[in-house]
Amino acid sequence: MMDKSTPADKPLTGHLRADGRPLGLGEYVKNGGYGALRKAVTSMASAEVTDVVTQSRLAGRGGAGFPTGRKWGFAATGPDYAGAKYLVANGDEMEPGAFKDRVLMEGNPHLLLEGMAIAAYAVGAATAYLFIRAEYRKSDQIMRRAIAEAREAGYLGKRIFGSGFDVEIIPHSSAGRYICGEGSALLNALEGERPIPRHKPPHQTSAGLWSKPTVVNNVETLCCVPAIITNGAHWFIDLARSGEGGTKLYTVSGRVNRPGAWELPLGTSIRELLEEYAGGMRTGLHVTAVLPGGGSTGFVLEKDLDTPMDEASLRQVGSRLGTGTIIVLDDQTCPVGMLHNLEQFYAQESCGWCTPCWQGLHWVRELLGDIEGGRGTMADIGLLQWHVDLIKPEHTFCDLAPGAMQPLESGLRHFYSDFVAHVREHDCPRRAAGRRWG
Amino acid sequence: MLTDAERLRIEETFALYESRSASAVDGLLIIQQSRGWVSDEALADLAQFLAVSTHSLESLASFYSMIFRHPVGRHVIMVCESVCCWIAGSAELTAYLNDRLSVGLGETTADGRFTLLPVVCLGACDRAPAMMVDGRLHGPVVAADIDSILSQYP
Ligand SMILES: Cc1cc2nc3c(=O)[nH]c(=O)nc-3n(C[C@H](O)[C@H](O)[C@H](O)COP(=O)(O)O)c2cc1C
Ligand code: SF4
Repeated sequence: MMDKSTPADKPLTGHLRADGRPLGLGEYVKNGGYGALRKAVTSMASAEVTDVVTQSRLAGRGGAGFPTGRKWGFAATGPDYAGAKYLVANGDEMEPGAFKDRVLMEGNPHLLLEGMAIAAYAVGAATAYLFIRAEYRKSDQIMRRAIAEAREAGYLGKRIFGSGFDVEIIPHSSAGRYICGEGSALLNALEGERPIPRHKPPHQTSAGLWSKPTVVNNVETLCCVPAIITNGAHWFIDLARSGEGGTKLYTVSGRVNRPGAWELPLGTSIRELLEEYAGGMRTGLHVTAVLPGGGSTGFVLEKDLDTPMDEASLRQVGSRLGTGTIIVLDDQTCPVGMLHNLEQFYAQESCGWCTPCWQGLHWVRELLGDIEGGRGTMADIGLLQWHVDLIKPEHTFCDLAPGAMQPLESGLRHFYSDFVAHVREHDCPRRAAGRRWG
Repeated sequence: MLTDAERLRIEETFALYESRSASAVDGLLIIQQSRGWVSDEALADLAQFLAVSTHSLESLASFYSMIFRHPVGRHVIMVCESVCCWIAGSAELTAYLNDRLSVGLGETTADGRFTLLPVVCLGACDRAPAMMVDGRLHGPVVAADIDSILSQYP
C-alpha cells in the first residue's frame, strides 16, 4: 500500500498490533499511553481540558457530528452542585455498515479507557459506563480484561496519579436492539427501563442518567481525546485535509477486494478509499454508488466519488458523513433490493413508540417488497415518495425514522428508472445477475 | 427458583447502578447463560428478586432480541441479515442452512442440536456474509466451510 504515514499520524490505530491481538497495558504505556491522563489530572483544570477539545474541532463520530467540547461544556455545573455526574461511552454500534468501534475496542482497549477517564475528568464524573452491544462478545471480553488491568495498575480507581480525581469505569453488556444506541434510549437501557428514546428537553447534559448531568459520547470520539491532550488542538486540526479536525477511522464494505478499516485524514476522498485502500471492485463488478456514512445516509453516485469524506463536502452532494462507514452498491446489485433490505432493518428496529415510525416504516418495507418482487404499481412508487416527505425530523420522537428515509429519498431520486423498470417488467431486471454466494 | 450461583452473580451487579431494578438486563443475561433461555418461571423469580413487576420485566425481556423467551437448541446459529451481508449473499446462505439442517429460521433441529435465527446485524461487514454460533463469529462464510464450522459444535 502507498501509505507513508507514521504512528504519529494515526492517533487511533498507529500502534495496533499486526497480529490483530489487543494492545496490552505494558505496550500501551510504553508508547506513551496514560500520559495524557496524567497530564490532564495533574496539570490542567477540567475546564482547560474541555477548552482544548473544543479548539481541536473534534466532532462526534457516532453519526450526528455534534462538537464534543461544546457538549462537555453543557454539563458544567456551578460549584454548589454536589451530586453525581456521569460519562457514558456508546459502544452500541449497530448502524448498517459500521464496525469501526469494534476495531478500536478489540485492538486498543486502553486508548478508549484513557479517553473515557479524561472525558470524565473534564465533565466532573466519577463514574463512567461503557455500553457494549450484545453481539460484540470479543470486544466485551477484551474491554473487561483491560478495565481490570488498568484498575490494578492504578490508572483507574481512586486518586489517579496522586491527584484528587477518582474514576471507575463500569462495562454494561447489552442484549440487542439498534435503538439502544440512540443516546437517550441508551440511558433508559442502563437504568433498566424499556430502552425507548426520551423527550428532549431536558437535555442529557442537565438531566440524563438517573436525572444527573450526563455526557454520552461515541467510542471513536473518546479515542481521539488522549492524543489531543498530549499534542494540542492545532496538531489535531492539522491532521485533517479539510477544516474539520483529526483523522477518521473509515471503513469500506460491499463487494470490494479488501473490505476493511483504515484511519486516514478527515477529507480523504471516497475514490481514494475505494481504490487504494479497499483494492477496488471485485472482478467483473463496477461501483454504481455508495452510502458514505452507513445505512442512514444518502447515496453518492459514482460521478461524485472524488468527494472528500467530511461533513461539509458530503452535504454538498446531498449526503452526510454519518459514521464514515462506506457501503458500496455495485452494478450487479439491485438498488431497490438494497433499499428493501435497509428498510426491513429500520422497520424491525423501530422501538414502536411513535406512529410515523412504527407504522410508516412497515408500510415502506411492504411497498419496497412488492416493487422488488414485481407486484408493485406506479402508485406504490408515489406512496414511497409520500412517506419520504412525511417522515421527517420533528414528525417523529427520535432520528431513527428520518435517518431511515435518507437512503430512500436519495434512492428514489437517483434510481427512479430502476423502480419504474420493476413495475413495468413485473420483476427485478437484475435478478439474472446471478448467484451471490455458493 | 433462582440458583444460589445466579443470585450471587446478580447481587454482584447491584453495586454498579443507582437502583436495583437497573440490574434487570444483567439478571436476564445471567439466567440465560446458565439455562440457555428465560422461562416464565425464571422471569417471575427474577422480577421478585429485583422488586419489579413481572410485567415490566417482561416488557424488557421481549424488547431485547438476544433474550430468548423460548427454549433453544444446544447451539444457536445467527445469520446476519444486514445490508453488507445481504449484498454478499446472506439470503442464499440462510437457504443453504435451512436445507442442510432441515429447519426454518426460528426453529430447532429435531435432535435439539441447533437453533437457527436471523440477526439484524453482527457488525462484521468486513467479513460478509457472517454468522455467529454461540457468540463466536464466523465469516466470510462459504458453502464449502459450513460442514467444518458446524462440526465444531457437537
Ligand atoms: C437510532 C439511532 C441509533 C444510534 N446508534 C448509535 C450508536 O450505536 N453509537 C453511537 O455512538 N451513536 C449512536 N447514535 C447517536 C447517538 O444518539 C449520539 O448522538 C452519540 O452517541 C453521541 O456521541 P458523539 O457526539 O460522540 O458522536 C444513534 C442515534 C440514533 C438516532
Ligand atoms: S422514531 Fe421510531 S425508534 Fe424513534 S422513538 Fe419513534 S418509534 Fe421509536
